[in-house]
Amino acid sequence: MDLENGGSRNREVSTLLRIFRAIAVLPLFALLGGCQWVLLAPSGDVALQQRNLLLASTALMLLIIIPVMALTIFFAWRYRASARAAYDPDWNHSLPLEVVIWSVPLLIIIVIGAMTWMGTHLLDPYRPLNRIAAGKPIVEARAGSSGIRKQPLVIQVVALDWKWLFLYPAQGVASLNEVVAPVDQPIEFRITSSAVMNSLFIPALAGQIYAMPGMQTKLNAVINHPGEFEGFSANYSGAGFSDMRFRFRGVDDAAFGEWVQGAIRNGSTLGREEYLVLERPSEREAVRYFRDVPSDLFTAVLNMCVDRAKMCTRDMMAMDAKGGGGKEGIHTVAALEYDKSVRRGGQPLPPRPFVMAICTPTDVYGAAGVTARAVN
Amino acid sequence: MMAKATAQAAGTAPAFYVTEEEHAHPGGSTMLGFWLYLMSDCLVFAVLFATYGVLGRNYAAGPSGADLFDLKLVAVNTAMLLFSSITYGFAMLAMDKGRQAAVQGWLVVTALFGLAFLGIELYEFAHLIHEGATPMRSAFLSSFFTLVGTHGLHVTFGLIWLAVLMTQVSKHGLIEANRRRLMCLSMFWHFLDVVWIGVFTFVYLMGVLK
Amino acid sequence: MTSYPDWWKLLFGRFTLESIPYHEPILIGTFAVVALGGLALVALITRYKLWGYLWHDWFTSVDHKKIGIMYMILGVVMLLRGFADALMMRGQQAIAFAGNEGYLPPHHYDQIFTAHGVIMIFFVAMPFVTGLMNYVVPLQIGARDVAFPFLNNFSFWMTVGGAVLIMASLFIGEFAKVGWLAYPPLSGAAYSPGVGMDYYLWGLQIAGIGTTLSGVNLIATIVKMRAPGMDMMKMPVFTWTSLCTNVLIVATFPILAATLALLTLDRYVGTNFFTNDLGGNPMMYVNLIWIWGHPEVYILILPIFGVYSEVASTFCGKRLFGYASMVYATVVITILSYLVWLHHFFTMGSGASVNSFFGITTMIISIPTGAKIFNWLFTMYRGRIRFELPMMWLLAFMLTFVIGGMTGVMLAVPPADFVLHNSLFLIAHFHNVIIGGVVFGVFAGIAYWFPKAFGFKLDRFWGVLSFWFWVIGFYVAFMPLYILGLMGVTRRLSRFEDPSLQIWFVIAAIGAVLIALGIACFLIQIGVSILRREQLRDTTGDPWDGRTLEWATSSPPPAYNFAFTPIVHDLDAWADMKKRGYQRPLTGFRPIHMPKNTGAGVIIAGLATICGFALIWYIWWLAALSFIGVLAAVIIHTFNYDRDFHIPADEVVQAEDARTQLLGRA
Repeated sequence: MDLENGGSRNREVSTLLRIFRAIAVLPLFALLGGCQWVLLAPSGDVALQQRNLLLASTALMLLIIIPVMALTIFFAWRYRASARAAYDPDWNHSLPLEVVIWSVPLLIIIVIGAMTWMGTHLLDPYRPLNRIAAGKPIVEARAGSSGIRKQPLVIQVVALDWKWLFLYPAQGVASLNEVVAPVDQPIEFRITSSAVMNSLFIPALAGQIYAMPGMQTKLNAVINHPGEFEGFSANYSGAGFSDMRFRFRGVDDAAFGEWVQGAIRNGSTLGREEYLVLERPSEREAVRYFRDVPSDLFTAVLNMCVDRAKMCTRDMMAMDAKGGGGKEGIHTVAALEYDKSVRRGGQPLPPRPFVMAICTPTDVYGAAGVTARAVN
Repeated sequence: MMAKATAQAAGTAPAFYVTEEEHAHPGGSTMLGFWLYLMSDCLVFAVLFATYGVLGRNYAAGPSGADLFDLKLVAVNTAMLLFSSITYGFAMLAMDKGRQAAVQGWLVVTALFGLAFLGIELYEFAHLIHEGATPMRSAFLSSFFTLVGTHGLHVTFGLIWLAVLMTQVSKHGLIEANRRRLMCLSMFWHFLDVVWIGVFTFVYLMGVLK
Repeated sequence: MTSYPDWWKLLFGRFTLESIPYHEPILIGTFAVVALGGLALVALITRYKLWGYLWHDWFTSVDHKKIGIMYMILGVVMLLRGFADALMMRGQQAIAFAGNEGYLPPHHYDQIFTAHGVIMIFFVAMPFVTGLMNYVVPLQIGARDVAFPFLNNFSFWMTVGGAVLIMASLFIGEFAKVGWLAYPPLSGAAYSPGVGMDYYLWGLQIAGIGTTLSGVNLIATIVKMRAPGMDMMKMPVFTWTSLCTNVLIVATFPILAATLALLTLDRYVGTNFFTNDLGGNPMMYVNLIWIWGHPEVYILILPIFGVYSEVASTFCGKRLFGYASMVYATVVITILSYLVWLHHFFTMGSGASVNSFFGITTMIISIPTGAKIFNWLFTMYRGRIRFELPMMWLLAFMLTFVIGGMTGVMLAVPPADFVLHNSLFLIAHFHNVIIGGVVFGVFAGIAYWFPKAFGFKLDRFWGVLSFWFWVIGFYVAFMPLYILGLMGVTRRLSRFEDPSLQIWFVIAAIGAVLIALGIACFLIQIGVSILRREQLRDTTGDPWDGRTLEWATSSPPPAYNFAFTPIVHDLDAWADMKKRGYQRPLTGFRPIHMPKNTGAGVIIAGLATICGFALIWYIWWLAALSFIGVLAAVIIHTFNYDRDFHIPADEVVQAEDARTQLLGRA
């Protein structure tokens, strides 16, 4: 009876081991189809360096993980009860072994940690780029230097419910759900959000960064290959989140110039009033272009004062730094007329208050606010 | 706890179980358990303090602590709570001597100081809200009302507990269970005192004097 | 929407007849099944007159063993709900391609992924882990109960109360659509005005109180109630890891409570902690919630590491390799788990130095974790390994968990995290460590301690089947998600454009079905084992040749656990006792002092749940009334001084004689 049991268990163990081996090999086959894995074959230099770091840390960890997995399987097989291998029930300590099992992982982590420290600083999204690609550094233009010197193209990004607005302050144009940049041109994204948290992510270009209301984040990147790439929000933001996608197009300088001209020719105007309408939740918006974008629109969005009746957070913070608005400040609050919950289709709530601007235009809510209410 | 154990039949084998009469220890772990609870409560306050630390200067162009706080009133209030801690201490001294009437007397005094503290705090809140400085006005006021209000809520529950305990002491006397409970409340009461000193310094003094 | 008269609003708050989702066929179907099943259960209990038995012997019981079993049952029930959510998500993602909307609109899908996360963490993993600790720790340290038996009962019912609220959201109103950690501003009143978020807040708040108190309870138990001779370095590893976990619970759940309370104030009162306007700061919420959230994952995994350690030494027939380093590793992990929270949001833009700091502290955690893996590995070395179910789970864990650990370190490198954050790679990673770590360990623990709890072993055939379905199902379900993550696919999407991705989602869905079969086999295993209990009976109390004190008493243990408190001389106390010729005492029994059962826990927790429900629906009169009820019930309970009794010596003699007979027969 006992023998029989042992035999069947033995068989089970060997099937167990066989299947584990099969599982271990499986990912290798999958790797063969690697061409569509955008994170492993990106088109921007920043994403490429991020991938290299990913691969290097994986390789370093495999140094310890593969032996551990192999030893696990080997020990399980070698010391199975039916094998009657050496049995030492009281062996439970070995100083040399303990030193090894603590120090080897420590060494690997020291190496990865050093890589992390350097990589994190070099690939900090806030840091201006110092190269276009490997071997193409960006340097100050000096006589005799072969380096490329380029001022970054500034693109201001606003995550709206549920679409993306890209503003080109130098060009005076803007686009919805499409962003275009010249190849090998450093780009500086300045990112904020109108309502809730989102995350700007163009996997082929560079890593993501959050888009947060009332706050600005930055992302420096460059695209090295022309083409159309996918961009989307990587942070859940509500019902329309799944369709919050846009195209990122890398084009040559001439095509970029044409694109800007096209936006100027065919775009509609985007002032504060138009922005307040655009800001309202909508899904699956088609690509649109805008011209005559006021240079302070992004600053107003960032400071949550596109509606001129509202005090800009920048001014509010300046006042707060000087000790606030005093007791008189208590009464500078007015109720915000169109409230965001109605926009999201919820039940009306008691209106949210906001702080009025010190110098309000003609009426309390301002012209922009009036327009917005009228549309509402 | 370590009881004398009898040897096993084998003679050389050590004792493997306690054979002596074991005394029941109801509440042997109560003090430790209550300490642990207080530490967890302390963390709630830590979060509220941290929140105040982050948001306490965000007046949203509204009033600041310097505009709103009446330091004299708060100083009186602080005195009320500190006195109540002292009188609770006297109650505990009386408990050690087993003088039940004195315990009850000091507890009444403690409760009165506690009520005075709460009354003044409520007056302060009502005054602020009347002026329009509500918790909704700014992040600073939100975190101020929440931090101070949470402390006040603790004092309120402490007072209810105090009343319950006084009833129980008058019903059963200073039996062991009641002594243990008085000890717990004592720790709770002094804990609130310590938290209040933090509130007074961090919120009121630094808010007004900056 | 029809408007309701004022008296209705006064009476029912914002509850209206439209709040019942009778237009959603999936929910109505579910409701029908749940209602019929529930009615059948109630009918059966009534038919066999079991209400009194359940009330007196279970619901009001302060016995840590019964409470532990009830926690496990709660975990299994909620696992079914949470897994149904998982299947629905996998189904939706497998078909919603290229214009196909799938069968779940965003409104429904978003609730499902939120509920899945909340339920699996708070109401599956937590009850399982708490249940195991509750059952095993007092036995392992030779105690008769926990330090505060009533509090234990109360904690359990508060956890149930939270679960009831979350389940109620399925049929009354809706659940939150915000993701399992409910970041503001999305979770604020302005963007999530419905009752869903309030279900979330009050459900977690009520369950959280229970968890915190249970943590206090178990720390006091382990510190104060160990058997004589058991100093800290003679504690079984499971007890050690439980101690560390409960320290983490007490040190983090208050943070969760405070954070949720602030969000609650924002939603109910209109304060400005996490709003965009008037000086609020949503990022503070993200920080606070992760200061709780990261230790939370260690709260789940640490006791499970303890389970694996017990299983390893028992089934290798050896002392655990490197006990001291195991203990230090556990303590180091406990401390480090507080210093890594920011790695959940490197992409917030905290700056390179901050990100590097948190990235590197995260990696450092892998060192003690790695040491643990090595310790189990070398416990196998020169052992005599019996491949019983728990040991199989241990092996599957060791092979699976290292992959999860590796991908975890990848995510801890900030620049790599910038591309992997919020992607399906992340989803695959944490399921890899939670399923491959916690869930496998829970099953190992169940298989290991089931004979202790019920007196018979679990059926092997169905157990092995369940094991293979789970393990293979896990790989089939989550390896595709790693791949999808590397293709740049993000989480929480309900529909996709690129049709080339579909195949991977289909494979993942097949994996989910395999896991479902694994769960089914597990349930069948329980049923079959109950039917075959006579063949599977364990009369010795020590079916695995165990090493720690819980195996020294009978299976199931008597209410008092040990007739005489054991004295500990060595680590692995029971192995030591067996080796040195311990003789079970047959005479000299005395009355045993034990806590009395009480219904106060059920009543207070029930009232608190009603209060939560009333607050969710703005039924202010009911909220006030039930809150006063809670206070009154607590006060009335404190007037009950008669909380203990003695088990008479006769009864002890009877129970012990019965055991002597059983042992004689074996």
